[in-house]
Amino acid sequence: MKHTLAVLVENKSGVLSRVASLFSRRGYNIDSLAVGVTEDPEISRMTIVVHGDDHVLEQVTKQLNKLVDVIKVSDIGADDAVERELALIKVSADVNTRAEIIQIADIFRARIVDVAPKSMTVEVTGDEGKIQAIEKLFRQFGIKEMARTGKIALVRGPKKV
Amino acid sequence: MTTGSTEKVNGARALIKCLEEEGVDTLFGYPGGQIIPFYNELYDSNLRHILVRHEQAAAHAADGYARATGKTGVCVSTSGPGATNLVTGIATAYMDSVPIVALTGQVPRFLIGNDAFQEADITGITQPITKHNYLVQDAKELPRIVKEAFHIASTGRPGPVLIDLPKDIQNAEIDFYYPDKVELRGYKPTYKGNIQQIKRAAEEIANSSMPIIYAGGGVISSNASRELVELAETINAPVTTTLMGISSIPTEHPLYVGMLGMHGTKYANYAIQESDLIIAVGARFDDRVTGKLESFAPNARVIHIDVDPAEISKNVKVHIPIVGDAKQVLKSLNKYVKRCNSEAWIEKINQWKKEFPLTYRQGSQDVVMPQFVIEQISEACRDAIIVTEVGQHQMWAAQFFKYTKPRTFLTSGGLGTMGYGFPAAIGAKVGRPDKTVINVAGDGSFQMNSQELATVVQNDIPVVSVILNNGYLGMVRQWQELFYDRRYSHTYIKGSVDFVKLAEAYGALGLRAERPSEVRPAIEEAVRSGRPAVVEVIVECEANVYPMVPAGAAINEILDIEEHADTPCAMPDLRTATADRLLDLEEH
Repeated sequence: MKHTLAVLVENKSGVLSRVASLFSRRGYNIDSLAVGVTEDPEISRMTIVVHGDDHVLEQVTKQLNKLVDVIKVSDIGADDAVERELALIKVSADVNTRAEIIQIADIFRARIVDVAPKSMTVEVTGDEGKIQAIEKLFRQFGIKEMARTGKIALVRGPKKV
Repeated sequence: MTTGSTEKVNGARALIKCLEEEGVDTLFGYPGGQIIPFYNELYDSNLRHILVRHEQAAAHAADGYARATGKTGVCVSTSGPGATNLVTGIATAYMDSVPIVALTGQVPRFLIGNDAFQEADITGITQPITKHNYLVQDAKELPRIVKEAFHIASTGRPGPVLIDLPKDIQNAEIDFYYPDKVELRGYKPTYKGNIQQIKRAAEEIANSSMPIIYAGGGVISSNASRELVELAETINAPVTTTLMGISSIPTEHPLYVGMLGMHGTKYANYAIQESDLIIAVGARFDDRVTGKLESFAPNARVIHIDVDPAEISKNVKVHIPIVGDAKQVLKSLNKYVKRCNSEAWIEKINQWKKEFPLTYRQGSQDVVMPQFVIEQISEACRDAIIVTEVGQHQMWAAQFFKYTKPRTFLTSGGLGTMGYGFPAAIGAKVGRPDKTVINVAGDGSFQMNSQELATVVQNDIPVVSVILNNGYLGMVRQWQELFYDRRYSHTYIKGSVDFVKLAEAYGALGLRAERPSEVRPAIEEAVRSGRPAVVEVIVECEANVYPMVPAGAAINEILDIEEHADTPCAMPDLRTATADRLLDLEEH
């Protein structure tokens, strides 16, 4: 089962490596990890997607909390959170396929951010399902390259983690 | 120059002042290029510095000092190889939750990342084996960092903290000001147990008729021995300890059933397997304790008291978790508990004690059995601090010495570090000069840090090392005997040094005992001499540690002497190991 953890950490050098090495050392699997500064410049927020049963999740949470630079760990359930990921997809394109690619992008409310004679780069934002869906549709044209940010998430409503 | 509460000093001097503020009186270390500024300032300070002969010993000595005194131990090394030599000692302290602060020199900041001479990424290397570590990037932050380091090392679940000090930071001038408190929003240990949980635990205890207290190193590090014994006596429950928990309750206490697990007593293992309630205090259900997890204590409910929430339900399902400091939680719990209906249970355990006592095969009259040596030490030096290396002698020291007070059994339990004992004994003796400190060693382990004989002689530290010399790496040999068809691959270590001469070469006292009658006098002479001493005892070469639960078996599936008689030295060429040594010695 997949869990999305919001981890508030001190915005200091070395923190990412502490978190990453904790996961590898204890044998936990990270599906994705996104990190950026928060509204407080001294605090960074890591959004970590892990899979594992409740026992694994409990251990991950406790072990993260043991790191001195970790301020808070919250499991953001998929139901009450807004979850987004951004992907840039470079699709093979020529005169024959360009229109169709634009159409698909439109349906997904994705944006064309770069066009070249033999390719188009599409920026798409959404949850994991949406990104997988558009990736699948683009595959028929040939995906040259893809970059994903990993998921970020906020709890709905006025509540903070 | 002093202005108000600040003073202009260089980083190295600031560090000394920080250590003084923290109440540090002793450092264990070894100088080198990138830590010279610190040593330069140390030259003028009142701090005691014990110069070791290998940085690993500095880390172990700081660890031994910490375990024996309860204070935070401090070790110092230079960058690169000096720092990497500390690693084993830091990992040892980490696994056994021992508070030490390691100070390492580092190349100047502008060279970091350049693969400079003697540069190593020691904060990266020690990340998984420290509770926290720091690379000082700004000299102004040094006092805050030192304050935090000592706070983190000594509070909550204790552990090692490393501070990496670039040389230019040591030279930089700062306005010195020592903060009086730490502010760490990501670090707030819980000490007081949840009172509702404590009450639930008391109820659970009241309903139990076959309870057992399972005490670990946490009882010792939180100084909770008195509370532990009070709990046991109040509820009338047997107490078993882990290796790390030994000495938290006197060995001869009628409710004590000894160590449990792989080399635990039969009655401790039977008791925990049959119990209906386990009260775990400061212990972590390590694999050497539980054996096969699926068959561990099948009928028991579990109360788990631990300061580290991550230990709870890590290995064994816990019914009543109580996060908090062992001493505080036990104090509180003791107010709510009543005597259990456990008479029949205690009676049963006492029967087991009679039926399956801890014992050992007697050798022939002239051969010294290693367990006998431990018994002799126990009788000759009752209140001694016993430090061990790792292997068979460690288990015998756990089984056959009669401990009376906490912090008197220091051993590398988690990491199992051969070479730990001698330097840790140095740290213990420096911290507790009033105590007799005995390092119980094997001939293999002792040679891993025997260079520290120079340290004890130079600094006049009268530690007595008793080496049980069986000519083998005995514990591995035992496994090879039992599980690998006696194929003694590279465990026969003939070619060891003459330990008596080795001691004498360094200027220490060297004594040898070859027959049972010589053991006690040699130990007594060594202790009485007041000098650093080595007592080499030539012991039976193929004695085994029993009882033994094979790895992966349930902990009541026990091999013991009767079932698995260790035929004395069946391989004739190996039997001569001891005889050869004796002949050699006579020739000289």
